[in-house]
Amino acid sequence: MFKIISAVIGRDLKLAMRRQADIVSALFFFVIVVSLFPLGIGPEPDLLRKLAPGVLWVAALLATMLSLPRLFADDHRDGTLEQLALAPHPLGLVVTGKVIAHWLVSGLPLALIAPVLGIQFDLSADALVVLTFAILLGTPALSGIGAIGAALTLGLRGGGILLSLLVLPLYIPVLIFGAGAVDATVAGLGGEGHLSLLAALTFASLGFAPWASAAALKIALE
Amino acid sequence: MLEADNLECVRGERRLFAGLGFRLEAGELLYLQGRNGAGKTSLLRMLIGLLPPEAGEIRWKGQPIRSDEFRADLCYLGHLNAIKEELTPLENLLAAARLADEELSEDDAIDALEQVGLAGREDLACKYLSQGQKRRVALARLVKEKRPLWILDEPFVALDVAAVDWLAGIISGHLQRGGLAVMTTHQLVNIPAGTVRELRLG
Repeated sequence: MFKIISAVIGRDLKLAMRRQADIVSALFFFVIVVSLFPLGIGPEPDLLRKLAPGVLWVAALLATMLSLPRLFADDHRDGTLEQLALAPHPLGLVVTGKVIAHWLVSGLPLALIAPVLGIQFDLSADALVVLTFAILLGTPALSGIGAIGAALTLGLRGGGILLSLLVLPLYIPVLIFGAGAVDATVAGLGGEGHLSLLAALTFASLGFAPWASAAALKIALE
Repeated sequence: MLEADNLECVRGERRLFAGLGFRLEAGELLYLQGRNGAGKTSLLRMLIGLLPPEAGEIRWKGQPIRSDEFRADLCYLGHLNAIKEELTPLENLLAAARLADEELSEDDAIDALEQVGLAGREDLACKYLSQGQKRRVALARLVKEKRPLWILDEPFVALDVAAVDWLAGIISGHLQRGGLAVMTTHQLVNIPAGTVRELRLG
């Protein structure tokens, strides 16, 4: 079971490394969207501190969305997806590997750069640590939920727009608890409760989403 | 070994075929023929379990397909090459074998690529290869393939004369080892070994 998951992760990471422009463009999108806010709002530290969690999280959701349409589309176009579906192990395991690989190239870089961007919003050191943890814990759920949307819209014309309409509403819980964790820390209440809920969302979606995506992929392959 | 009973295929509103059945034993090759749109590829996709038939049943070794055991015996080559443009032929072969849960050493993979005439191009990304060469990368999988059931969709497309003969030899070898093969083709290719049976659709 771990053999196949690691085989998929290894292959997808190698492909991502050969095509670094994709990773870098999503990351730059995140950096630019987040940086536009302080420039637009002006030097008002109180207001910026209030806005920071929401802005960072919304930008993280959108940046994750950018790479989702290609999660299965490339494999579908060149026939690799068929071969994956015909391999002698459950397709859900293959999708688990793909979701983990997607997180490693899309969610993890966001978490690593988020504290740097948080400084622009005058966040305290505590809040920056919680922000990083929250993004680290929440983005796997985004990749997992996104995989369901990517599988359902596979092969549809204009699937990208449909994908956002389908997936963004499902991202709301992650957004609420992710931004809530940082808000609570800024207000001095402690973000542990929110972080626990984020972790729960992530584990639930990583357990469930690959199998739902696999079912959708089988329909797309018919 | 491979049995199909009373298969019916409906695509969209059209019924492509109904009441189709055959039995294929070890060492036999089934040639699927028929005009474009007769349902050859649909039938192949039913045989590999990706397309559920409207009616009828397909059995492998007496068991219904759609199980991990069936897929562990199956090698399918579609008309898409299933190779990654960014990876080299060698990486493609090794990755495909790992994902299909097959044992393939690097030496075997290099040997397979030499046999399909890609010696010296193992380390060139596949996007720089021609159509025919990409097809050869996909076909290189068959060289070391030990699985008993091969299902090949138009395997001879985009190949030159020498490669067609080479592939016919590979398929013969597979049949001689007691393997089964089902394939569609528009070119008539002489397979020198095994029992060849024909099924005409439409």
